[in-house]
Amino acid sequence: MEHGSYKDQSASTFSLAEDHTLANALRFTLNQDPRVSVCGYSIPHPSEARVNIRVQTTGDPAKEVLKDSCQDLMMICQHVRSTFDQAVADFKNNNGSESG
Amino acid sequence: MPKVPLWDLPELPQNQLPLHLQLQKTRVSCNNDAPTNTENVTYSGAYAALGIDNSLRLDEFRNNFKVKVIKLNEEDMEFDLIGIDASIANAFRRILISELPTMAIEKVLVANSSSVVQDEVLAHRLGLIPIKVDPRLFDYMSENDVPNEKNSIVFKLHVKCERKSGERLTVYSHDLEWLPSGSEYVLPTENSSESKPKTYTSFTSSQVSLPEFENNPITVTPGIIISKLAPGQEIELEAHAVKGVGKTHAKWSPVATAWYRMLPEVVLLQDIEDDDAQKLVNKCPVNVFDIEDMGKGVKRATVARPRACTLCRECIREPGWEEKVALRRVKDHFIFTIESTGALPPEVLFTEAVKILEDKCESVITELS
Repeated sequence: MEHGSYKDQSASTFSLAEDHTLANALRFTLNQDPRVSVCGYSIPHPSEARVNIRVQTTGDPAKEVLKDSCQDLMMICQHVRSTFDQAVADFKNNNGSESG
Repeated sequence: MPKVPLWDLPELPQNQLPLHLQLQKTRVSCNNDAPTNTENVTYSGAYAALGIDNSLRLDEFRNNFKVKVIKLNEEDMEFDLIGIDASIANAFRRILISELPTMAIEKVLVANSSSVVQDEVLAHRLGLIPIKVDPRLFDYMSENDVPNEKNSIVFKLHVKCERKSGERLTVYSHDLEWLPSGSEYVLPTENSSESKPKTYTSFTSSQVSLPEFENNPITVTPGIIISKLAPGQEIELEAHAVKGVGKTHAKWSPVATAWYRMLPEVVLLQDIEDDDAQKLVNKCPVNVFDIEDMGKGVKRATVARPRACTLCRECIREPGWEEKVALRRVKDHFIFTIESTGALPPEVLFTEAVKILEDKCESVITELS
């Protein structure tokens, strides 16, 4: 759910049904994007699983910047997964050949 | 850091930060009273005045990111993630603990219990027993669903402590028997004219016929004490297990626990020799320091095992030592430890956790489009 202005698309607040797990990671990738001037998140009430992510950009629509950051986070995750699988396979090969 | 005049600062290549800023950006300084520099400098324009770009470039991340596996067996693993930010490492830890699904006993049908353990306490204990089955083979069961072979596992427990034995009998978790054909307790119905009576579950086929379970019966972790019975006491019950996540109840968490710490870095700011060196080696409870013989009777202290440092700060506790030894943590090097309860091996757990974070991002993208 996006709370913003129709006239100025560069600043809005996104209210998502998430928690710190995704919101902190998204805040990190958003901050690293050069188009972002301000970004942060808050949890309105701890009993309700809702997080408000505030994005203010230097001109680009905030929705697009948030979507791009989600894509970046997905690429990071995919790279982590492939590197991890490779490292586990290497470890098993090295230790399998030593003990076997 | 000692104050150095501007013209004495070392020359660095164009796109590198000055050394004191690099230290601030990449290391947590663990001082005697409290750690400083704990915040991560994530803003892309943080060093814009110096002309240095702090933004995330995926190709740079791909080149610098490394994973090193230190220990790996069926129960636990220890590995290093190098070059990643704390928020993402924490996201993985949170998902490992609370959002990876497992199977755990949820409903207990007690037919007979004359033990001193109350029914609800017994049911609570049964729920906490880890079930060694891959949860990906099962579906979630919602409230309207009928329990069938795709969403539940049925166990039976029938133990009796014989009167003539005279001793207490301990009921262990391996006394639970798996019933692949479903529940054996008949639902109370009015007309008993049906050929096959309806039970509490509706298994259309036996779970043993599925290829995954043919030679691989579903077991629970053995050796866990459920209850103790005195002579003459008996427990007869059926336990139904369903799929859930740790967020709902901790019994569905697939890890005993999962944690990470940042790599400690111990730096000797001055040369520490002879008596001081011996004092330093004696102070450290985990033997981080070693004595090196320099020849001519001069002994110097070196940092041999910084990874073992537990940051107890014994080496900097006494006055004057803080200028000699610097304790730091590397902000983007995480030593992860995952201890699995047995349902899935730890490397599979981590891969699933990363997949779940990807799925979350995807659902946000579809919600916004």
